[in-house]
Amino acid sequence: MSDIPVFFLHGLVYAGLLFLISSGLTLVFGMMNVLNLAHAAFYMLGAYFSYSLLNATGNFWLSLIVCPLLLFFIGAAVERFLLRRVHVYGHVQELLITFGVAYIITESVKWIWGNYPLGVNLGGFLSGSVNLFGLFYPIYRLFMFFCAILISLIMATVLYKTRIGIIVRASVDDSEMVNTLGINVPLVFTGVFGFGAALSGFAGVIAGPLLTTYPGMAAEILVDAFVVIVIGGMGSLVGALVASLMIGELQSFGALLFPKLSLALMYMLMAAVLIIKPSGLFGEEQ
Amino acid sequence: MLLEVKEIHSYYEKSHILHGVSLGLKEGELVCLLGRNGVGKSTALKSVMGIVQPRKGSILFGGQELIGKEPYQISRMGIGFVPEDRRVFPSLTANENLLMGIRRGKNEAPSKQGWTIEKVYDAFPQLKQRKNSKGAHLSGGEQQMLTVARTLMGNPELMLVDEPTEGLAPTIVKDVLKMLSAIRESGVAILMVEQNFKASIKIADRFYIMSKGQIVFEGNGEALEAAEDVRKRYLEV
Ligand SMILES: Nc1ncnc2c1ncn2[C@@H]1O[C@H](COP(=O)(O)OP(=O)(O)O)[C@@H](O)[C@H]1O
Ligand SMILES: [Mg+2]
Repeated sequence: MSDIPVFFLHGLVYAGLLFLISSGLTLVFGMMNVLNLAHAAFYMLGAYFSYSLLNATGNFWLSLIVCPLLLFFIGAAVERFLLRRVHVYGHVQELLITFGVAYIITESVKWIWGNYPLGVNLGGFLSGSVNLFGLFYPIYRLFMFFCAILISLIMATVLYKTRIGIIVRASVDDSEMVNTLGINVPLVFTGVFGFGAALSGFAGVIAGPLLTTYPGMAAEILVDAFVVIVIGGMGSLVGALVASLMIGELQSFGALLFPKLSLALMYMLMAAVLIIKPSGLFGEEQ
Repeated sequence: MLLEVKEIHSYYEKSHILHGVSLGLKEGELVCLLGRNGVGKSTALKSVMGIVQPRKGSILFGGQELIGKEPYQISRMGIGFVPEDRRVFPSLTANENLLMGIRRGKNEAPSKQGWTIEKVYDAFPQLKQRKNSKGAHLSGGEQQMLTVARTLMGNPELMLVDEPTEGLAPTIVKDVLKMLSAIRESGVAILMVEQNFKASIKIADRFYIMSKGQIVFEGNGEALEAAEDVRKRYLEV
């Protein structure tokens, strides 16, 4: 069956998208102990910003740079002016404020762009297909996968080879100790939160031309991203990577083999992992 | 005075833990804060470090007020913090743990001792052997050395050290105490919390005893040895 390689590739592409979103989500959770319910709303904003920018300029490459940058500043502002203020009141309040931000973004999107799906047509070589060992595969999906790999490699290099990376990993372990070592941890939080929002926005930009851009897209992918970080282990980037691949393939083959069951399959996988290892595949035991 | 803690009151939410604690340290002194479990010793150190913000009182370090500052600002002024339970970064290697101790910032205190990673490895050869091991995989003694060494990397003028010998084997306790006196010899003042005074009496210049969030005794080793009633009442179980 020639469907199998195609769906395998589809799975990889979706895994790449999921990793771009869940890596920021899991890093923020690991550092700040905040489950950011607005994280997928940043993804959606990325897609909508890109839609408008494409309409205005027609330049997709510009969109790939400008939209994540905008999301970085939006994310950093949310952390600095909202999250930091409610931090003293505890986790429930932090969760609520991210829920509020997600709600406001979703309603604003409906108000500005309308409550219906929007399509993006890229044209150019990205909309063509390429012959992969006798299999015609859309160039755009390969491009998405390539972007995800590139970003992951950059992220791994920063995290494991630079001082900033050491600081971020140490903050995931124990941010209070990092603070006592003379590092401006509040600034690190703002930076990582903004960076996570930018990655999520980047995912939105590249998802736009493939998936439809509509006000429910945030809620839809948020569920998958949560499952990814729970399976991978909260706070673990390696876990997010492995779980993204699992969920990406599961969703893809689920859609092929048991179209009605793919959501149930995902929850079953999550339950199975949690029974065997409650902290997730790569999570630290609490 | 290098450090002057004056009448501080610290709380966790509504529970009032420190009831007007005052203590002081001169440059290069090694002072030991004793007292039973739960009397507020760690809270006193955390109050100096800015992890707990006292609601009343004053903490001066080199004449500058610390209350209201973030821990990272206090660290940059020249105070190092070695917490209880060691708290190395478990997923970082020993070498990365040490790199985390390097202090950068505009208001860095001038470093007198000039600790560098090479000097730290010379002083702690055991750590050099394990430099690529994850913090989580080190022994208790190695973790204690690593937290102290990590703090030294920031070249502090004052180190706050919370129960450095807790849970260590007796031979390692000796090593740790020797290491702390050596650090003091190099000119760093140390405020150390301990539960048993027998371990610390040989190395400390002065002692404070805490009970129920208040200082109940202050004096040198001789005074503490002489004050049997104080020891019975506040230290022995
Ligand atoms: N994070 C915290 N939240 C609430 N209460 C705490 C916290 N940490 C310590 N306490 C309480 O404060 C008191 C003093 O604790 P601590 O300063 O750790 O004592 P010590 O170090 O002398 O053993 C204890 O009664 C303890 O239960
Ligand atoms: Mg204590």
